[in-house]
Amino acid sequence: MDRRSFIKTLGATGGTALVGKRLRAENSSGADEPVGVLVDTTRCIGCRTCEEACAEAHGLPVPEDLDEDIEGVVRTTSEKQWTVVNAFTVDDEEIYVKRQCMHCNQPACASACLVKAMYKTEEGPVIWREDRCMGCRYCMISCPFDVPKFEYNSTVPRIQKCTMCWERQQKGEIPACVENCPEEALTFGKRRDLLEIARRRIYNEPDKYVHHIYGEHEAGGTGYLYLASVPFEKLGFKTDVGTTPYPELTKEFLYSVPVVLLLWPAFLLALSNATKREDDHERKIREIINEVGNE
Amino acid sequence: MNNNTNISSPGGFRGVLRFVLSELKPKGKMLTLFNVISLPVMILGAALLVVRFTRGLGSITNLSQDFPWGLWIGFDVVTGVAFAGGAYVLTFMVYILRSEKYHPIVRVTILNGLLAYIFYAGALLLDLGRPWNVINPIIGKSFGVSSVLFLVAWHFLLYMLSELIEFSPAIAEWLGMKRLRKILSAMTLGAVIFGITLSTLHQSGLGALYLMAKGKIHPLWYSEFIPILFFVSSIFAGLSMVIVEGSISHKVFSDRLSVRLKRSHDDILIGLSRICAGTMFVYLFLKILVFIHGQHWSLIDTPMGYWFLLEVIGFVLVPCIVFLYAVRKRNLPAVRIAAVMALIGIILNRLNVSVIAFKWNAPLHYVPSWMEIEVTLAIICAEIWVFRWIVNRMPVLNDPPAWARSRTNGEIKNVPRQKKEVLQPWDT
Ligand code: SF4
Ligand code: SF4
Repeated sequence: MDRRSFIKTLGATGGTALVGKRLRAENSSGADEPVGVLVDTTRCIGCRTCEEACAEAHGLPVPEDLDEDIEGVVRTTSEKQWTVVNAFTVDDEEIYVKRQCMHCNQPACASACLVKAMYKTEEGPVIWREDRCMGCRYCMISCPFDVPKFEYNSTVPRIQKCTMCWERQQKGEIPACVENCPEEALTFGKRRDLLEIARRRIYNEPDKYVHHIYGEHEAGGTGYLYLASVPFEKLGFKTDVGTTPYPELTKEFLYSVPVVLLLWPAFLLALSNATKREDDHERKIREIINEVGNE
Repeated sequence: MNNNTNISSPGGFRGVLRFVLSELKPKGKMLTLFNVISLPVMILGAALLVVRFTRGLGSITNLSQDFPWGLWIGFDVVTGVAFAGGAYVLTFMVYILRSEKYHPIVRVTILNGLLAYIFYAGALLLDLGRPWNVINPIIGKSFGVSSVLFLVAWHFLLYMLSELIEFSPAIAEWLGMKRLRKILSAMTLGAVIFGITLSTLHQSGLGALYLMAKGKIHPLWYSEFIPILFFVSSIFAGLSMVIVEGSISHKVFSDRLSVRLKRSHDDILIGLSRICAGTMFVYLFLKILVFIHGQHWSLIDTPMGYWFLLEVIGFVLVPCIVFLYAVRKRNLPAVRIAAVMALIGIILNRLNVSVIAFKWNAPLHYVPSWMEIEVTLAIICAEIWVFRWIVNRMPVLNDPPAWARSRTNGEIKNVPRQKKEVLQPWDT
């Protein structure tokens, strides 16, 4: 029995069958290569058509401040807005960055969710399923990019976040933001192909881009990939997320669970038996004493 | 004292029902200081909960997109469960190590643990945005087995069940159901073993919940060893709670105490103090190891660093020393002071991980609203009411009825011989 199947057996006996599934998820390259979106910030002109298209596609309120100048304010996505475009001024140059869910390869949110309401589809998008979610908000605690948002002022609150237009994709359409971007700053496709495109752009214009594709390795790799002309930390990107997939952080603990479930009771039982024998012995002596006394 | 001898089996089911109904009436004075304070607190709490369920979580809490978990999780659940750890530690000592010394307090501790889980883990339900879906992971509509929270939720549930089984002989004694009691007490050891295993896992699991909040929790509190730290600290947290609660019960319920408990009370507290001091020492040692491992020397000389030192030195090291002193001098007031300090240390630690050091650098940090605090107080009051109701009726602090004491029939069978003079007639 090799290590994997050993752990698997332990897992199954302990009531958790997590191991097999997780290992499969990790090897999910190949035929069903996930889709993603490449964002080339050097092409974005900050028109925010994507914000509008997103709101329209998902029945969200039209972003109110569409005409306002966004420079200098870093906005975050919200329960009413799944994507935002922020403006950064770096070396007198205005750079626009679209933010939304990163659609991680191994999403923290999905592994945190105890009912699989947050769910990484095989195709790549990370979606939220209303009929399962219990509103515990553990996904919000876990997401390294603070993406999931919660409707605090609703009695039937929902988690709100970008779904990469999962419904549209199932109809064969591409995400609304990508479709409506007038500058082709957004490219939709298989993640592997997007990486190729990104590398080619860097290769062709090495002076235009920093030689880094944000999302290639961040947090174990994400479906959204970014190109930029300046270092990413200057554009409000999190650079402390590391390259380990976030679910790995709890893996060791979860692996130890079936082991404890199996070994601990056995140990306790043995211990209890060990102390019991003494007891019985004592009791017998006491019984004898009592009998003698009663006679 | 045992008013239940009159309802032995003949009454049948209806007899039991009538008895339970008659027992529902309050006993003793209604106009006590505690009642006068706690009643309005509970009524206000209930009113706030109505608002919460009709207008959403945002209506009474200060939770936000940046701070999805606040006081109700950080204090009620994470801290409350650590405080309830006494039950698994004591059942370990009494039923596994068979240390008779602690037998007199094992029931009250189990009851405390059970109620703590019901009320504080129950607080989790208040915090859920879509509580009607809480059954999903239980009925198997969808198992998120890779989730630490899935594990914790299941363990809460199963642990409550095993604590209920551990406590159930007391209920059977109260109802005068002899056969049932026999069956239930036979299940005790199994429930204890199961319960300790579950506790080990979910006490540490509560810490493991925060493993994915890497980068959001201040590095002085975040480490991959949070689960172990949470587990070890739950031992002395639980026992300190036993000391504090025991001291209070000793005064408040003095008329309910068994002779055994009265005589051994001081010995028990001193014994518990010794264990507390020991585990706190281990905990401190681990804390230091983790600190060195994390290489965060430079962070100590910052405001968060001082806060960290206050927690570790002021409320772990100091109470540890006070415990040691109290044990050596057999000084009960010192025991209580140390226990209270240790509890404060646990509150600090759990709140630090879950709330205070969580996004410590956010411009607008979460501070609980008065309504969140009020609901928490209401929950605590409600728990005390239920606790009081049970202690005043069931054999928890006092001895079980005579019929349940026969040596072959119950848990109380091996009392050390040298203490024979303390024993009751059932011990031949
Ligand atoms: S960015 Fe956050 S919400 Fe989006 S997939 Fe990754 S972990 Fe989940
Ligand atoms: S809030 Fe919903 S989606 Fe998020 S972890 Fe909890 S159950 Fe899953």
